[in-house]
Amino acid sequence: MSVELDVFVVNTTIMDEEVYQLWLDGYTVNDAVKVRMEGGVLEGCDASAEVLHSDTMDQYRTFQMCERLLHSPVKLANQLLFQIPPHRQTMLIERYYAFDSVFVREVLGKKLSKGTKKDLDDVSAKTGVTLKSCRRQFDNFKRVFKVVEELKGPLVENIRKHFLLSDNLARDYAAIVFFANNRFETGKKKLHYLTFQDFAFCAGQLINNWTVGALGESLRSAFVFSDNMVEDMDVDLEKEFLQDLKELKILITDRDLLDQHKSLVCTALRGKTKAFNEMEANFKNLSRGLVNIAAKLTNTKDVRDFFIDLVEKFIEPCRSDKWTAGDMRLYLTHYTNSAHVLDTFKHQVVWDRYMGVIKSCILKMYHD
Amino acid sequence: MPGKLKAKIVAGRHLPVMDRASDLTDAFVEVKFGNTTFKTDVFPKSLNPQWNSEWFKFEVDDEDLQDEPLQITVLDHDTYSANDAIGKVYIDIDPLLSCEAATVISGWFPIYDTIHGIRGEINVLVKVDLFNDLNRFRQSSCGVKFFCTTSIPRCYRVALVHGFVEELVVNEDPEYQWIDRIRTPRASNEARQRLISLMSGELQRKIGLKVLEMGGNAVVGYLQCFDLEGESGLVVRAIGTACTLDKLTSLHTIPTLTDGCVCSPGRPVFSEDPPHPLSGPPTPLRTLPSSSPPPFSPSKPCSRQSSSSDTDLSLTPRIGKTSPPSSPSPPLSAPFLIPSQKLTEFPIFTLTCFPPGFLVHVGGVVSTRSVKLLDRIHNPDEPETRDAWWEEIRQEIKSHAKALGCHAVVGYSESTSICEEVCILSASGTAAMLNPRFMREGCLDTGGSDHRFEDASPPSCGFVHIPYDEFNMPFPAQLTYCYHCRRQKVPDVLFTTIDLPAEAEVTGKGCLIQARLCRTKKKAQGEVNATSISNLLPFMEYELHTQLMNKLKLRSMNALFGLRIQISVGENMLLGLASATGVYLSALPAPGGIQIAGKTPSDLSYDQHISTMQKRIDDTIAKNKELYNIHPPECIEEVVGSPIPDRQRSSRLFRSTSESSDELSELDLSHGKKDAFVLEIDDTDAVEDIQSLLTDAPIPAGFYSCNTEVMPGIYNWTSGLQMFTSVRVYRLSNANLTNQGLNKIFTDLCENLLKSLYFKLRSMIPCCLCHLNFTVAVPEEELIQVRGHTYLSTPLQSWSGENEEQLQFSMELCGESTISNNQPTAKPSVSSSERCSPLPEGRSRSLRSTRSLPCGAPVTVVKMTPLSFLPGTRIVKYLGIINMFFIRETTSLREEGGVSGFLHSFIAEVFAMVRAHVAALGGNALVSYSMKECVFMENPNKNQAQCLINVSGDAVIFIRESDQEAIPPLLSSRQTSSTGADGTT
Repeated sequence: MSVELDVFVVNTTIMDEEVYQLWLDGYTVNDAVKVRMEGGVLEGCDASAEVLHSDTMDQYRTFQMCERLLHSPVKLANQLLFQIPPHRQTMLIERYYAFDSVFVREVLGKKLSKGTKKDLDDVSAKTGVTLKSCRRQFDNFKRVFKVVEELKGPLVENIRKHFLLSDNLARDYAAIVFFANNRFETGKKKLHYLTFQDFAFCAGQLINNWTVGALGESLRSAFVFSDNMVEDMDVDLEKEFLQDLKELKILITDRDLLDQHKSLVCTALRGKTKAFNEMEANFKNLSRGLVNIAAKLTNTKDVRDFFIDLVEKFIEPCRSDKWTAGDMRLYLTHYTNSAHVLDTFKHQVVWDRYMGVIKSCILKMYHD
Repeated sequence: MPGKLKAKIVAGRHLPVMDRASDLTDAFVEVKFGNTTFKTDVFPKSLNPQWNSEWFKFEVDDEDLQDEPLQITVLDHDTYSANDAIGKVYIDIDPLLSCEAATVISGWFPIYDTIHGIRGEINVLVKVDLFNDLNRFRQSSCGVKFFCTTSIPRCYRVALVHGFVEELVVNEDPEYQWIDRIRTPRASNEARQRLISLMSGELQRKIGLKVLEMGGNAVVGYLQCFDLEGESGLVVRAIGTACTLDKLTSLHTIPTLTDGCVCSPGRPVFSEDPPHPLSGPPTPLRTLPSSSPPPFSPSKPCSRQSSSSDTDLSLTPRIGKTSPPSSPSPPLSAPFLIPSQKLTEFPIFTLTCFPPGFLVHVGGVVSTRSVKLLDRIHNPDEPETRDAWWEEIRQEIKSHAKALGCHAVVGYSESTSICEEVCILSASGTAAMLNPRFMREGCLDTGGSDHRFEDASPPSCGFVHIPYDEFNMPFPAQLTYCYHCRRQKVPDVLFTTIDLPAEAEVTGKGCLIQARLCRTKKKAQGEVNATSISNLLPFMEYELHTQLMNKLKLRSMNALFGLRIQISVGENMLLGLASATGVYLSALPAPGGIQIAGKTPSDLSYDQHISTMQKRIDDTIAKNKELYNIHPPECIEEVVGSPIPDRQRSSRLFRSTSESSDELSELDLSHGKKDAFVLEIDDTDAVEDIQSLLTDAPIPAGFYSCNTEVMPGIYNWTSGLQMFTSVRVYRLSNANLTNQGLNKIFTDLCENLLKSLYFKLRSMIPCCLCHLNFTVAVPEEELIQVRGHTYLSTPLQSWSGENEEQLQFSMELCGESTISNNQPTAKPSVSSSERCSPLPEGRSRSLRSTRSLPCGAPVTVVKMTPLSFLPGTRIVKYLGIINMFFIRETTSLREEGGVSGFLHSFIAEVFAMVRAHVAALGGNALVSYSMKECVFMENPNKNQAQCLINVSGDAVIFIRESDQEAIPPLLSSRQTSSTGADGTT
C-alpha cells in the first residue's frame, strides 16, 4: 500500500513557522522531517513519522505555491488564491527576504550576474548555507536590484514600497544594491574581518551623503516621499562631487598647508591621548592616505577599492600603533575641524561632505 | 422581457503575459448571456488593464436568468492570428433574483482556465432589474430562496413546513459526445462546466416552481448532487424541504398581517405559543388557511390558525397516505389549497436540526439501498427511469418509517456510488414523529398517532420516547421507562441521522465513532455484478452496524447522532464507512458492558486468552468513561420485563406492521435481549472484530471530535477558526488481499487521516473538530480515495461543571421566545457564557495568540465552514446559495508537482473562487459548505490528470457576537436583541 496522493488544504492558509524556516533554509522534505523529529515535535503526539512527512509535504507545497507571489510581495496582499492574514503575510515576506550574513558577505559587491550565480555552489560549500537557500537569497538580491534600478527616488523607500519589507531589511537591501551597483571590493583578505553590518552602515553613509539623491535629502524629509523633484538615483555616486574631491589634494600638495594642518591638529590633541606621539609622527602619511583616496574616486576602479584603501592607508597603520577607538574618534574630529581654520583652504563644503562619511565609516570599521 | 441584466467590466489585474515579445498582454473581455455577446475595447499592453466599460444590458426572460450563468471571457487580442483565451468567469446571478438576498454582485473574480488554473483577476459589476411576472403559468420561480443549511436559517422563522421537493434532470455528458474526439480538452471541459451550470440552474428553477406551487417561499436543506453516469448521461438531482419562512425582522408586524378571517378575535397569533411547546394542552393540528399568498411576498404572514375551537385534526385518525385529506379540513380552508395527495407522497424532510418542539418522537434510522444497471436504462436521455428509481427508494424509506410507527422521515439524504455501469442508490433518514403544528395540512400522514401529542413529555426527553407500540415492536428491543420522566418507554439504544436536539439532556461529552469495512468482490459484468453487490450489501450493513454498536458500548454511550453510512463500489471491492457522533443520553438506560464468550471453554489457554481480552475491554470502557466524563447518576434498574399497560396506550393497538418487518431486520439485528452485549469469539471474524475494536487509537487529550454541527457536552463556544479539507488516495500494492487485510488497511487509512489532523492542530488544543466527515471512493482498481473535511472550533477552557446550568439556561430561552428564533444548537449557551466572562474573545485569543486569526480582519476575509453557523458570531443576512462546479486538467502533471501538487493547487483555486463569489455578493462567510464531489483521474504515463470538484454552501454576512453592542442600528429591528435572547439566532 502506498500513498498516491495526499493533500490538506485550509481556507485560511496556516503555516508552521518552523517548517517555513526549514524550507527557506533549503532543507529537503526528508531532511526537514529529520530535523523536526529531532526537535521533538512528535513528543506527546500519537503520530508517526509518516504523519510528520505528510504534514511537511503539505507545507512545502503551500510554500512553493506562495513563492511565485513572494517574488512580488505587493501581489500577495491583493491576490485571491491564498487567504493569509496580514500579519502572516508580513512574516512570510520578511522571512523570505531575510538572508544569511555569511552568504551576503560572500556576494557583496559582486556583479549580480549569471556568472556569479553559477559560482554559488562554491559559496554554498564555503558558508555551509544550502545551495537552494543561496539561490533564493541571490535571486532576491537580483530581483530587488532589477526593480529599483529603474526607479526614481530614494532607494530605501523604493525597496520598502515595492517589497513591503521592514525598515531595517530595506536598508540592508539598499546596501546590497548599492554595493552591487558600484562593485565595491569586499572579498580581499584584509577586509575579511568586516561584517556585513559594517558595510551596510558604510553604504548607508555613502547613499545618504555622496549620491545625487543625497543633495535632496533635507528637502526629501520635508516632503515625505513626494520626491518627484529628485530626478536621479541613489545608487550612483555624484559625479560632480567626485570631481570636486580632486581639489582636496591641495591639503597634501601644498607643504605649508600640510604643516599648518598638522600643527593645528597636534595642538588640539596634545595631552589628550596616549597615542599622541604616533599620531604626530604619522600625521602626514595618514593625511596623504585619506586625501589621495578622495582624489582618486573619479576612477571607477578606485571607487571599487574604496574600502580596501581605507583599511590599507588608514586603519592598518593606526591599528599597528594601537590606537583605541576613542583615539580614532578624537583624531578624526580634530583632523576634520582643523581644516576649517586653514585660511587658504577654500573647499570647506566638499571637505565636510567627504570627511563626514569617512569619519563615520572608519569609526565603524575600526575594530578587530 | 421580465428582466434586464446589466454587467460592467471595470478592470483586470495580475493578468498572465500573453505576448512573449513585449512581456505584456492586449486584453479585452467578452460578456455573454444566453446568445447575446458584448465586447469591451482592447486595453493594449498591460497586465493590469482598466476597461471601465459601459453597462452591457441583456434583456432576458427570468427563466433564462435562473438557468443561465453570466459568462465572462478574458482574451488576448492578436492582430494576425486567433485571439487567445486567457480564462473565464461564470457568475451565477440567481442570488440577485431574490429581493432578500444580494442586490449587486461586485468584486474581483479569479479568471479561471481549466488547463492553466487561475490567471489573474477581473473586477465586474452585475445588477438585475426584475419586473414581476404575475402569470400563473410562468416557468420561472424567481424569489424562492434556497439554503443548503439543513436547519431553519438563522435570521428566519419557519411559518410552515410544506414538505419534500425533488427534481432530477438528465443530459448527455459532453465528454462522451462524438465531438469530444475532435475538440480540445479545454473546449470539452468548458462545455461540461457550462452544461452543469445550466442544469443546476434549471433544476433550481424547477424546484422553485414546485415550492411556489406548494405555497412556500424557500427550500431549506437543499442538497444537489450530480452523477457522472458515463455513457448513459449526466444526472443532476436535488432534494430539499419546502418551507414558508418569515424574516425575523418582520416579526413585529406579523400579527397585523395575519389574515383576519382565520385569526380568532382578540388573540394575537403569538400568544398561542405555549411556554413549553410540548407541555400543556393538546396541540391542535392547524391547517393553512392559505389564501395562497402571492409567491413574491417577502414577509408571508404567519397564517397558522389559532382558533381554540378548531377541529382538532390530530384526533381524527387517518390511516394510509391515500386517505383524503380534505375530510378533516376545517371549513376555513382557503380555495387555493393545493391537493395534498402530492404532498403526502413523501413525508420526508432533509432538515437535521429543528425548532424546539418540532420533533416529538424519534424511531430510529431507516435506510435503503438499491443496485441498478445504468446500461439498462431504456431512454437514457429522459429522466423517467431515474425518477422511478428514486421514487421506489423513497417509498421504501417511507414504509420503513411506518414500520417504526412514525409518520415522517427527517435528516434525510440520498447518494449514489457508480462504478462502470453499476450504480448503488442509497437513501437514509431518521423515522420520526413530528409536531403537526408546523406542517402544512396533509403534509404528514398522521394517521392514528394522535394520542402521542397529548403526552406531557418534558422537552428534554420526549424525543427519545418510542413512537412505536410496545406490544407490536417492529424489531426486538429492550424497553425501559425513560430515565428522565419515568413515564414513557425508551429503547436501550438510539441511532439517528439528525443532529442532537438542543433540548436533549446529555451526560458527559460526545465523540466521533466510525465503523469501517472493506469487502472484496469478484470482478464481473452486468447482471452478475449487480447481483453479487446486492448480496453483499446486507452483510456490510450488518457488520457496520455491529461495529458501531460495539464501539458505542466501548465508550459507554447509548445513542448515535448524525449517522451517515456510505457504501462505495469499486471494480473489485466495496467500501463501507459509517460515521456518527456517540453520546450518552441521560434519558436512555446505561449501556451494559461487552462480554466475551468463547465457544470452547475446555481449553485453559483459550480461557486465559478470553479473560485477558475481557479485561482489556473492561479497562477501555472504564478509561472511556473518564475520558468522556460519563458518570450517570445511579439508577434503580427497572427493566420492564412485562410491559405495564399504560392508561393511554391500552386504549388502542398499533396498526398493522406486517408490511415491513423483514425490511427492517437488517437495521436492528444486533439489538440483543441481554443486558450485557455478548461477543462470541468462536471464529476468526470475531477475534478480528475485537482486535479492531481495541486498536482504534484513542483521541489525543485536548481534542474533541464529532460529525454533527455541535459537540455534545460542550456548550461554550468561542469563535470557530478554520476549515480543513484533506484528500488522500492510496494504492493497494497487493491485489490479492483478503477481507481482513483490506479491512486493516482501510482502518489504518482513516486512522492516519485522523492522526494527521490531530497532529496539525496540536497547538490549538483544547479544540473541537466539528462536522468531521469522511467520504470514501474507489476511483480505480486498487485505489482508495478518502476525503475528509472538518471545522475547527475552540471552546473556552472552563467548561467542566457548567453544562447543566447552561443547558437549563438555554431551555429557558427556548421557552420564552418564539419557536423559530431558537435554533437547536448550543448557541444560547455561547451567549450566556460570553456574557458571564468579561473578555471571552480576548481570553481565548490570548491562549493561542500565535495561531488565531486577527480579530479585526479586513472585509475581504471570507470564512468557510461546513457548519450552518459560525461559533461566536451571528448571521445577519443570507445572500444566496453558492453552487459551483469546476474542472481542471493538466498535461504537465510532473511539472505541477505531481498529483498532490496538482490537486492541492486546484482545491486552493476552488476555495479562492468560492471566496471571491461570496465576497462579490457582499458576504463574509460561506456556511453549510460542502464539497460534494471530488472526482480525480490521472494518467501518470501520459503526464495527465483531471479533476472535477463540486462545492456548495450559503453565502452569508455575519457579525461577531462581541460586536453587536457596537452596531445596534443594524439589529435594532430584531426582537431578539431587545429581549436579550440574542444568542438564540
